[in-house]
Amino acid sequence: MIASENCRYMGWLDEAARIEMVDHSSIKKHEPPSSNNINWLDATGEKTSTNELTADFEKHFDGGPASIRVKLHRPMATFSLTVLFGPSGAGKSTTLRCLAGLDRPDRGIIRFGDEIWFDAERNIFLPPQQRNIGYLFQDYALFPHLTVRQNVAYGLRKFSAPLRRQRIEEITSLLEIGGLEHRFPRQLSGGQQQRVALARTLVCRPRLLLLDEPLSALDAPTRHQLRRQLRHWLVQLQISTLLVTHDRSEALAFGDHLALFHAGRVCQNGPVQEVFAAPADVNAARIVGVDTIAQGRIVNISDGLATVEVGQTQLVALAPPAGAAIGSEVYICIHAEGVTLEVGAALPETSARNRLVGRIRAVDREGPIVRLNLDCGFPLKALITNQAYENMGLHEWSDVVALIKATAIHVIMSGPSSREGKIINRSRYGQI
Amino acid sequence: MDLEAIWLSLKLAALTTAILLFAGVPLAYWLAVTHWRLKFILESLVVLPLILPPTVLGFYILIALGPLSPIGRAYEAIAGKSLAFSFEGLLLASILYSLPFAVRPFTAAFAAVDQRLMEVSWCLGESRLRTFFRVTVPLSWAGILTGAILSFAHTLGEFGVVLMVGGNIPGVTRTVSISIYDEVQAVNYSNAAMTSLVLLGSSFLALSVTTLINRKAVY
Repeated sequence: MIASENCRYMGWLDEAARIEMVDHSSIKKHEPPSSNNINWLDATGEKTSTNELTADFEKHFDGGPASIRVKLHRPMATFSLTVLFGPSGAGKSTTLRCLAGLDRPDRGIIRFGDEIWFDAERNIFLPPQQRNIGYLFQDYALFPHLTVRQNVAYGLRKFSAPLRRQRIEEITSLLEIGGLEHRFPRQLSGGQQQRVALARTLVCRPRLLLLDEPLSALDAPTRHQLRRQLRHWLVQLQISTLLVTHDRSEALAFGDHLALFHAGRVCQNGPVQEVFAAPADVNAARIVGVDTIAQGRIVNISDGLATVEVGQTQLVALAPPAGAAIGSEVYICIHAEGVTLEVGAALPETSARNRLVGRIRAVDREGPIVRLNLDCGFPLKALITNQAYENMGLHEWSDVVALIKATAIHVIMSGPSSREGKIINRSRYGQI
Repeated sequence: MDLEAIWLSLKLAALTTAILLFAGVPLAYWLAVTHWRLKFILESLVVLPLILPPTVLGFYILIALGPLSPIGRAYEAIAGKSLAFSFEGLLLASILYSLPFAVRPFTAAFAAVDQRLMEVSWCLGESRLRTFFRVTVPLSWAGILTGAILSFAHTLGEFGVVLMVGGNIPGVTRTVSISIYDEVQAVNYSNAAMTSLVLLGSSFLALSVTTLINRKAVY
């Protein structure tokens, strides 16, 4: 962050000090020692926060076996944006509602710093009013009977008039919604409504921001613009955020950390890029949208490389870190971007380990790129530019050679994994 | 024209409406938000006066107010007079009789308010009560006003229940509609016509106003 901008929001952070609850043990866990010291000595309380969000709860739904079981642990000491990612109905929104206090889980605990928000055994349930969080609904839920200014000022009732004015001015200029003050929500565009709703939440300086598919109701250009700005604002204000989305590109563009939801369970947790590149199991691979998933068997392991037999084809890939042995049943995951194509008798000197002879089965043009379904003994998806497609003179039924680096093939063990939160075939989940 | 009866009816209608606003709004809000399994029983009870013949309702109220019932006895012990055939008894009967005309529009209006707006308000730190006054009421004022106007107009014109519970005591329980009935019985058609016209006019006005506000009240 730029220093001057830091100063600009110092006032903001100062006041945020009221929320900070310090807990040494958690500092050590999540902060490098040096920054720990600096934070600790900072008397202003600026982000000495060691707030950690710990959620471990279960919620059942009426009339069916549907339930969600969530385990989340996020350090809140420094800014981070956690994406809750997964298909619709996987329980992401319900998780967010439970964190906000709008829904009550049936079992488990939710802790924020050393506050207990929910504890089923001790029958503790903090209502949303006392959690001091921000919650943004998918379609913004602006108060239709209030003007933009009244909407933004809604949560500031307890503040003095000058402070209220100052807060509103700050947020209005940051989110660039000046000039709309006297309009009513129905007179705003989708993007403007989104900003106003965000302003209404952020002006209260929540300790944690919960965003439920914040961009899904917007048209594509506005969505792309806001996507860039949203992260920028949140970093500026240093408000840790949990964001629900089912949009891959949104998750990749926004998130630092990703919690993968499948059928009411968190099936994988980790840095966004890592989860996308190396899904832990086949469900996770499907959810993150791995283009090619094929079943195979390990026939050889040496020098950290595994040779996997898929149908009649042998592929060399990085060996999975643990549990792999010759004869293991595995899945291979290949992103379409990791596949390059050439035509005819290609030069053998290339760094790609895998050269597969195949045939184009289907061509799907998506503007500047072309998505190809190949048959290389198993179905393989590839992504090339329209330019390359034309230059190589490709068409349906063309014979091609697909090149795949060993590092572009991710191997996951098949069969029930021992991971916690692993889903055991409960296919019929209601809309949650 | 029986001005005394008109004044009495107006007083009765105003008091009934005021009390229904105080008691009916919380009841309606609760009906709108609760997920209680047995809610339907209460809902049916509220609507019952719409279906029940006024004489039947009046009969039960009369019994309940009379000296044979605990309510009647308790009231007599405290106030020193009977609840039956009194203005207070009439007021109580009117409240019960007009209950659906107030509670139903209230409930419909509250149920139509987007639940998420209230949730937003809670997340912004506002209590449920404050949220009710800052969000729910402004967004359902048309329904509340409709309920109030309807119960006012309905009380103004009630006949059967009044006759059963209040009787026909001039200045105490003799309301407009009973006055009209008396005039007709006495073949004073011109008097009856005058008073009827007042009721017709006020009812039409009430309905016009409710129709208008419900058309305009769209955000």
